[in-house]
Order: sequence, then C-alpha cells, then structure tokens
Amino acid sequence: MTEAQPVAGVPRRLLWSRAEVVSLRDDTPRVRSLTLAVADWPGHLAGQHVDVRLTAEDGYQAQRSYSIASPPEAPLLELTVETISDGEVSPYLTGELRPGDIFELRGPIGGYFVWSERQPGPLVLIGGGSGVVPLMAMLRHRAIAGPTQPALLVYSSRNWDEIIYRDELERLAAADPSLRIVHTLTRAQPQGWQGFRRRVDKAMLEELGVPALASPNLFICGPTPMVETAAQASVELGIDAARIKTERFGPSGG
Amino acid sequence: MTEPPISRGFRSRKPQTEQRDRVPPGQYLTTDFPVLSAGPTPSISVDNWSFALQLGGSLLAKWNWTEFQALPQTDLKTDIHCVTKWSKLDTQWRGVSFDTLLEAAGLSEAPTEYTMLHCDGGYTTNVPVADLKDGMGMVATQYDGLPLAPSHGGPARMLVPHLYFWKSAKWVRRLRFIEKDEAGFWESLGYHIYGDPWREQRYTGD
Repeated sequence: MTEAQPVAGVPRRLLWSRAEVVSLRDDTPRVRSLTLAVADWPGHLAGQHVDVRLTAEDGYQAQRSYSIASPPEAPLLELTVETISDGEVSPYLTGELRPGDIFELRGPIGGYFVWSERQPGPLVLIGGGSGVVPLMAMLRHRAIAGPTQPALLVYSSRNWDEIIYRDELERLAAADPSLRIVHTLTRAQPQGWQGFRRRVDKAMLEELGVPALASPNLFICGPTPMVETAAQASVELGIDAARIKTERFGPSGG
Repeated sequence: MTEPPISRGFRSRKPQTEQRDRVPPGQYLTTDFPVLSAGPTPSISVDNWSFALQLGGSLLAKWNWTEFQALPQTDLKTDIHCVTKWSKLDTQWRGVSFDTLLEAAGLSEAPTEYTMLHCDGGYTTNVPVADLKDGMGMVATQYDGLPLAPSHGGPARMLVPHLYFWKSAKWVRRLRFIEKDEAGFWESLGYHIYGDPWREQRYTGD
C-alpha cells in the first residue's frame, strides 16, 4: 500500500457537520434522546460515538462525546444524553435545546467498541446507567438485521424510573425469543421486585450462564467501577480477554 | 470553513481561570482521574514484570522489576490531556526517563527515529523518538507518590504528556525501535497518527 493509492476503508478526515434537532424524547427524569438530521452523515456502526461542539455568542466553544443510540439503518441520528448536574454541555442538550435548533457534531468515532450482526458468536451486553446507549444501538441493529445468535443484556440501573429505553427493551425482548434482558436495580426496587438488586458481579454473570457461552462477544459500558468489576469477573469466568470490549464513563464529564 | 452556528442560549458554565492558557482547544479541566481502556484491566505481578528495548525483532536491553527500580528515577510534574476532552493539571509522576533507559542500555543515541510501544493486553501505540528524548517521555511507575494503580496502567505505563494521553500507553512492556512510523492500535482505528493536543489532532487528518 502506498500513499498514492487510496484504499477503501481508509478513514477520511472528520469534518464538523450541522445537526438539526428534529425531535426530543424524555427517557427518564435525567435522560433525554435527541433525534437529529445531520447533513452528509457518512453512516456509522453500532457502538460508535460522536463529538458535539457548542458555540456561545462570545465565541466560546465546548466539546463532549456522546454515544450514538440509533442503529446504522436509521435515517436519522439519535443521541441519548444524561444530564450531569454541574456539567456544561449536557444540561444544555437536555434542557435548552428545542426542535429546529442547530449545533455541530462530527463522527462517527471509535472503530473498536463496535458490533455488527455479521460478527459470529453470542452477544453479551453489560450496561450501567447511560452506558446502555451504545449497547442499545447494537440491539436495535440486531433487531433490524434479523437475529442469528442469542443475545443477553444485563442492565444495571439505580431504580425502576431510571431505566433508559425501558418500554422499548421490553418490546424487543417480547418480539425475539433469542434475546434475554435482565435488569438489576441497585438502589431502590418497586414493590414485589423479583429481580437482582445489586451491582453486576461474578455470581450474577455465572447465574445468567455467561461462562457456558461458546466464544461470546462481550461489550461492557458504564461507570468505571462497574466496568472494572464486570470485566474482571468475565475474565475470571474464563472469557478470553480479547473478546471483552469496554467503554468507561469517568465520574467527570458533562 | 463557514462560521460555526451559535448555540442559542449556550454559555460557558466554567469560570475562566488563569489556567485557561494551559488547557488546549476543545478540552475541559477535571480534578479526578478518569479511566479509559479498550478492554479488561490486566492483573500483572511485578514478580513477572519486565521491560524491554527492542530494535525490530532483536533485544537491546531488558530489566526486571528490581533492576528497573534500581535505575535512576525521574520526578515529573506535568499537565495531561485525554482525547475524550478532559485535561488534568499538575499531575505528579515518578519513573525512568527514556534518556536514562537509552543510557542504561549502553546506547549513545536511539537507533531509529520512531518507536512502537507494546503493552499487556495487546495494545500498541506509536511515538517518534523526538517526542521521548530530552526528558519528554518516561516509563512511569508512581503517580502522586504511590505505586501506579492497575486501572491507571500499573505497574508501569508510558508517559508522553505533551501528546494526547492514549500515547501514554498503560501496562507498557516493550519499546520497539522501528525504521518508519507505523500506526498503533487507536491510530489504525481513526485516531491521529501523532496526536498533538495544542493542534487538536484528535482524529485521522485533523
């Protein structure tokens, strides 16, 4: 390969595009999804993210990264944003933004934490809080592509009302016998809750049959302590570390 | 390039501090230390740890943990900048500088102009020699006066603080001199081949 001969798949330069807000949806009290029309969107893979850039009247700019929630097949781009209370960008996106507003983004970014239905092996997704967002892009892609492999989502939320995409996840699972969705509620549980009520741990993954899966693809996304615990537990349960992909959300951000 | 659209109602919430000139474009300051890695944190005992210098496939020098700790140590207070947008000021590190490693290996100068860093877990990243020598890069084993935690790259990580922090590879085990610059792990997945935060070289072609 020489520089004079461009090859398919060589990444092009990522330019800032204008995204217009088409609609907004409140997922939980602290989480809002933005549906965007992006000029010249080049397409993406499930699991990738974008950089968002806001510009104030005085020229001040701020950038943050957000995971893409929509599957590659969707005509519009969806971002799901959690409000960080002392944050700079997220309160604007979840509180101030209205349909018709325009801001800049560029992407897609990240070619590692990605999954496509063509990837062989069962899919295991472990998400905590808004870490479920890139995993949702994978589940939506899977539903559209037509599932050929079993999938498991283990999703840790603080309480029932903070489960993002709760109804849609229920519909996805109801429509697909090869998809299993397991919630764990770590802080408060509705009356009569029969499910898990602790953080994701080794015993939970064992009970859910993760070690028995042959050559699974694991994607773990959430706050750092959850990701560290779940990734470590998966390795201890005999999963090849090379099959475990992680995205960690630091406590900072905004 | 056309003017960026004004985001109606958006204002900076962060106070403009005198540290503003230490924060590269598109970055924001954080006081904690976020963890970002592509896979599980490897658990590495210092008993089985070693660090090697290689030229292509041949070994130039190798130190076990005890030998490495006996090399002259360098303290460095520096700012760090992650491509995911956070910057952290005045971080305190201790380790062995690239210059010291060359000297301990009996090399008067680096045998090539480029390096590839190899880590436990298979991660790689490329750094030019010019960005390591003259005190610019080190293999760090302590952060803030304590042994480096595994999630932050312990027992040892590269530290090249003037480039985006993915170049400061965690769990580093080998520095391989190479003739031509090559893309490492993130560099072949759309991230910039060099990664200067002050020129905002985040992604390929920036």
